[in-house]
Amino acid sequence: MTTKQLALVIDLNVCVGCHACVTSCKEWNDGGSAGPLSDVNPYGKDPAGTFFNRVQTFEVGEFPATETVHFPKSCLHCEEPPCVPVCPTGASYKRAEDGIVLVDYDKCIGCGYCAWACPYGARELDPREKVMKKCTLCVDRIYDELLPPQDRQPACVMACPTNARLFGDVHDPESVVSKAIRERGGYALMPEWETRPANQYLPRRKNEFKE
Amino acid sequence: MRPAWSVILLTTLAGAGQGLFLVVFLLDVSTALPPGFALVACGVSLLLLVCGLAASFFHLGRPERAWRAASQWRTSWLSREVIVLPAFMGMVFLYGLLHFAQSERQTTLIAGAAAAALCLALFVCTGMIYACLKFLQEWNSPLTLVNFLLLGLASGFTLSALLAALAWPQAVGALALGAFFIGAVAWLSRCASLVRNALLRPKSTAATAIGIRHPRIVQKAQGFMGGSFNTREFFHGRPDIVVRATRWSFLLLVFPVPGWLLGWGGGSLAVLAAAFALQFAGLLAERWYFFAEARHPQNIYYQSMA
Repeated sequence: MTTKQLALVIDLNVCVGCHACVTSCKEWNDGGSAGPLSDVNPYGKDPAGTFFNRVQTFEVGEFPATETVHFPKSCLHCEEPPCVPVCPTGASYKRAEDGIVLVDYDKCIGCGYCAWACPYGARELDPREKVMKKCTLCVDRIYDELLPPQDRQPACVMACPTNARLFGDVHDPESVVSKAIRERGGYALMPEWETRPANQYLPRRKNEFKE
Repeated sequence: MRPAWSVILLTTLAGAGQGLFLVVFLLDVSTALPPGFALVACGVSLLLLVCGLAASFFHLGRPERAWRAASQWRTSWLSREVIVLPAFMGMVFLYGLLHFAQSERQTTLIAGAAAAALCLALFVCTGMIYACLKFLQEWNSPLTLVNFLLLGLASGFTLSALLAALAWPQAVGALALGAFFIGAVAWLSRCASLVRNALLRPKSTAATAIGIRHPRIVQKAQGFMGGSFNTREFFHGRPDIVVRATRWSFLLLVFPVPGWLLGWGGGSLAVLAAAFALQFAGLLAERWYFFAEARHPQNIYYQSMA
């Protein structure tokens, strides 16, 4: 628990479902060390493509007592990543220094077993490169000393207009992400599989108006 | 899950090859084999394994890098399978060669025993690739391993009776009887896993997937309107009737039909060939259903397009 574990904390209370994180992620990672993120038929009848991050929308409750929840979803960089030990080539790995789960695209044979082993569906096989792709937490941005310090953050975090995405070290109790998890009830997805996701979500809160 | 023909062929062809070898080796231990039969059986077993291995390459995005898959045997059952399969093929080849050279019985049996150990290890590796994924609840059971072993053994036994009709006519009756009983046991065990899976309750729900405690959560959008890897790889996309028809056809073809041919067909070459062909078709359907039946928890995130 002493080493660094970088992660995102996503605030469902303020996410407005604008998809800016999706497009910003796609733009940054289509080039750089993770690129290309191939699209098939992007302007045709059945467009498909590779994405690291998606925003989904759920309706909770029964009309008229419903709530619309926008739900951004990407790799959770689990502390016990089930996708890593199953990889037959060692292409999938979790970095010791900062806990980011990555794929070595030069070692990946595209067997798809890691995607089967991820309960969250966070991995996508690139249809042209034929290797597995997934969120890198913008590993080629966050350590880039040529960028101004405030820009050394994942592209999705930079793009979010409502500050629904926080980035930091969840093993540092004083980090912005640890404080948010502690003070605002951060939780993990599908805790039943004991993957211990590093990324956590902040719940919706009821707004109270005082007279 | 979407059934992939490469993996369906790998597991069924290799399973029959493994089963056939095990039957031949057990016969070799207990009685004197006619050299012709041993050679034909080893050849056919090897041929099935080669075809299975060839099919598996079609599952890879980058088959030219397949050699790398032998490196993670400490943690990955897939990596272990990649090592054990060629090792087993090598030992079957050696065992066949020793029969061909008519070498000393003891040497042949030692090679055969090593091959048999690798054969069982291969069944374990193949089964564990699926059984070790704990959130694929339909696969996460010892029955997965038992079924891979028994179904492989059953098809191998039927095939051995067919080969005996060609090269060892005196043994046809006994082998057909063996194929009948192993087929029945495999069928019962496969039925047990059908019953188990029908009673499963998925541990993951929309509530655990997005972490909101509410009994009524409906997806309104999955974030895109075209397809993606997530919508292709984890859904079989066939109507319910196809899935049910596949189940009924494998339930008939894995045992009842070939069992009837083996038990009451008279043991002619044509009848035994039909029994094996029908059983193998049943196993293809069985393996298709095995994949289609598994509900991946990621599917909760991909329920609604609009």
